[in-house]
Amino acid sequence: MTNHWIDIVNSDCILIMGSNAASNHPISFKYVTEAQRRGATLISVDPRYTQSSSKADIYAPLRSGTDIAFLGGMVKYIMDNKLYNEVYAANYTNACFLVSKEFKFKDGLFSGYSTLPEGHVKGKYDKSQWAFQMDENGVPKKDLTLKDSHCVFQLLKKHYSRYSTKIVSKITGTPEDLLEKVYKAYSATGATGKAGTSMYAMGWTQHTVGVQNIRCMAIIQLLLGNMGVAGGGINALRGESNVQGSTDHALLWHIWPGYLKTPRASNDSLASYLKKWTPKSNDPLSANWWQNTPKYMVSLLKSYFGDNAVLANDFGYNWMPKVDDDKDYSWMTLFDEMFKGAFKGFFAWGQNPACSSSNANKVRRAMANVDWMVNVNIFDNETGSFWHGPGMNPSTIKTEVFMLPCCVSVEKEGSIINSGRWMQWRYAGPKTLGNCKSDGDIILELMDKIKELYHEGGAFPEPIMNLKWDYMTDGLYDPHKVAKEINGYFQRDVTINNKLYKKGTLVPSFAFLQDDGSTSSANWLYCNSYTEKGNMSARKGTQDAPNNIGLYPEFAWTWPVNRRIIYNRASVDLSGQPWDKEHWVIKWDGSKWLGDVPDGGWPPMQNADGTPNPKSRYPFIMHKHGYAQIFGPSLNDGPFPEHYEPLECPVEANYMNPKQKMSPVAPVYGTEADPHSYREGVCDPRYPIVGTTYRVVEHWQTGLMTRPQPWLLELQPQVFVEMSEELAQLKGIDNGERVMVSTPRGTLECTAIVTKRFKPFKIGNNIVHEVGVPWHFGWRWPENGSEDSANLLTPPTGDANTRIPETKAFMCNVSKK
Amino acid sequence: MNVTRREFVQITGATAAGLAVSGLGFGLSPVKSHAQMLKTKYGKETTTVCCYCAVGCGAIVHTSKKGDGRLLNIEGDPDHVINRGALCAKGASLLQLCENQNRLLEPMYRAPYSHEWKQVSWEWSYEQIAKRVKETRDASFQHKNEKGQIVNRTMGIASVGSAAMDNEECWVYQAMVRALGLVYVEHQARI
Repeated sequence: MTNHWIDIVNSDCILIMGSNAASNHPISFKYVTEAQRRGATLISVDPRYTQSSSKADIYAPLRSGTDIAFLGGMVKYIMDNKLYNEVYAANYTNACFLVSKEFKFKDGLFSGYSTLPEGHVKGKYDKSQWAFQMDENGVPKKDLTLKDSHCVFQLLKKHYSRYSTKIVSKITGTPEDLLEKVYKAYSATGATGKAGTSMYAMGWTQHTVGVQNIRCMAIIQLLLGNMGVAGGGINALRGESNVQGSTDHALLWHIWPGYLKTPRASNDSLASYLKKWTPKSNDPLSANWWQNTPKYMVSLLKSYFGDNAVLANDFGYNWMPKVDDDKDYSWMTLFDEMFKGAFKGFFAWGQNPACSSSNANKVRRAMANVDWMVNVNIFDNETGSFWHGPGMNPSTIKTEVFMLPCCVSVEKEGSIINSGRWMQWRYAGPKTLGNCKSDGDIILELMDKIKELYHEGGAFPEPIMNLKWDYMTDGLYDPHKVAKEINGYFQRDVTINNKLYKKGTLVPSFAFLQDDGSTSSANWLYCNSYTEKGNMSARKGTQDAPNNIGLYPEFAWTWPVNRRIIYNRASVDLSGQPWDKEHWVIKWDGSKWLGDVPDGGWPPMQNADGTPNPKSRYPFIMHKHGYAQIFGPSLNDGPFPEHYEPLECPVEANYMNPKQKMSPVAPVYGTEADPHSYREGVCDPRYPIVGTTYRVVEHWQTGLMTRPQPWLLELQPQVFVEMSEELAQLKGIDNGERVMVSTPRGTLECTAIVTKRFKPFKIGNNIVHEVGVPWHFGWRWPENGSEDSANLLTPPTGDANTRIPETKAFMCNVSKK
Repeated sequence: MNVTRREFVQITGATAAGLAVSGLGFGLSPVKSHAQMLKTKYGKETTTVCCYCAVGCGAIVHTSKKGDGRLLNIEGDPDHVINRGALCAKGASLLQLCENQNRLLEPMYRAPYSHEWKQVSWEWSYEQIAKRVKETRDASFQHKNEKGQIVNRTMGIASVGSAAMDNEECWVYQAMVRALGLVYVEHQARI
């Protein structure tokens, strides 16, 4: 979230699309309903009339996988009716940048496309044709009047001129009058002082066009001036209590802690890494924050290797593994490789891929191809026990499994960070039950044992032996020691701005980090979270800030540097005065900023007399040029979001782009375990129904933590398929009957739930039905093995940028058992 | 009257059970206030943050100071500025996640082609896992890739997990697997 949960209350219009917050983030509705009470409009856009929809002022249905068409229509509406905040768009976004004259969009493709001979992806773009025009100083050329035909603003207008409500309705199935009603209500937040917010979740990410779904909303927010303001922002409702933290700390192949880039094979030294990944801006007004990359990278290496990391050995840079340039190592590729027999060993630590992975049958089969697996969990689960799951014969499965019991969160101490980036410290209540251990203890003890073996030699022992690993106190994992390491220490006495910082003291904030080895910080974003003033995440102060918008700056701690609303320097006009005088986030009093921690302390863009202030910096400091990106030239699938159909869809052609049905650059996996019903021109008649997956309040994720609990299981005991009365009648299915849902990947027995919440869509000239299955189930719990995962059905494809699987839109059939 | 929850408990504790508490705007039934007293008298009080979705609701945990030292109760924390005491169905069942007879309590091992689990010790598990990690890593370690570039990695081991761990655990986990040379490192955020 760019903003945070409490801040929803400051909104004038809340768009819940791609999520069902009332069910899946129930406490958020405390703030949604309070905002409504104060006059805000709540809009719910969803294929199904959800609990969130039931509270909405406007509900609009749409077919799964058509969000860009829906939102693209809103961009057109905003442009046609001039509802944007022009000062904001011209000065804070790249709407004013001029784009290369080579940039074009034709027949469903952006310029620069070529097909690839092999691999999971059919083709790729040469992005050089999407570059910005540069002036003689190497600064992007701009037209602040937004009139130049090559400026982003005009290109945007042209691109979305095709998204009329007529064609959008034909694609999405949303009636035209409802589209206009939503567009009108939401676009009204473009007025000065008004704020609209977006609450989305996996309903937007789990698509071949997931990133572009979110980008399309970001474009709307930037046009309307809704980024950085109270009650605005782009708010990802994260589904796991610490998935923000686990991402910040880089449990992903492509990043290192604090969103540093994973070293590539071509970055053969620290210098070449830093040269490649440290962005340079020639614009003196651009803060270009990532220019600090060397400080953050060297400080991280100091945390990895402690005193063993010195200038002479590049701070241990080459001890760490590198990925090949331009290769993918993400989730679906990982299991594809495992299926093909690439791995001997596998850690499934605190995760249940046998139920959570798209096309889960492939994952279950893949696990039989590893020699050994380490599975750490609170409960026995479908992953660790895959070898005696449905359709498995243990006598033929070689995999050794070590299943280790970890404790639950209330039995240990440590921090998690919520969706609004609030880092909160938790304390241990009871001792660990039975012979359970905390994950922290298991990790430290296991690595100690591995280090012991490498004492006697082995392949390239340097990273293992040099790894700083002193996080125990009295033989037990000490979360405070790690939390302090994450914050970082001065490694020697350092004088900064005439002040001496002693060796061994905690670094006050990332502004103090150095690139010479004199500081450590295991994650620069968290530098300031545990300082000489104490553990900031443990704070419980309930005083609000003077602007009284629910920032609670002394409750917990947020990254970066306790800033509660990021991009907040865009919440003010050029002279530093807030767009919204009532719910102001920051404001300039002539000499300093008041309110939230500003996105950099530089003065406003203009002096009081209206002249430009050369000491200022553009507000979007994390972007090289300092401007928010309406035009995104670094994405794999185009600088503007474009409607493409899901891999499996109910239309013979993409009505927006008849020559390009699905994303031309999305990966599709192709082993014999990856069947799908994609056809160019025709749809597979065996799978005529759109399928999607979702969650219910009583269970969580694969259900592994909730299905073994008697109360919650009693509340939601069975996997179900929800369908419309019309479809049930067509199929002769009764409410409560057990039925079979099938796709080319698998078949799932479900209880039919016939409701008015799904309605057939009119798509083009056809009636299209959609059904939904919650993905919380698995065969291990309930113990009779009667239920299983909705992910047995989901497809072998994912987003063109992130490769998040497309589990929210696929084609299936439903039949009587 | 502006009181925090803790002050409230102190006040209600000081007042006789069953007495309507004036000035707080509501009364407590005798049974409820008796339960409150049991928690505060026999329980250690700690705070936690719910382990399910990412709203980050606060809860109060009471653990028995006597007997088995297990949980007495978990309830929403009224002093938490986000949830103000409220919890959803899952949050309200937190106790049952912890005090649950289905929990895995011992390390278990399944041998190749075996039909059953065998209970094992931690020490044995660590030794066996460490041995396999080393054997696999040593046999599959790549100093250079096909192009001859330095990569110092193992392609023989993959890892998934976990957003269910604390920040500090996530950090030490990624440090461990990266020091071992893994590049296939993924977790919930990708799906």
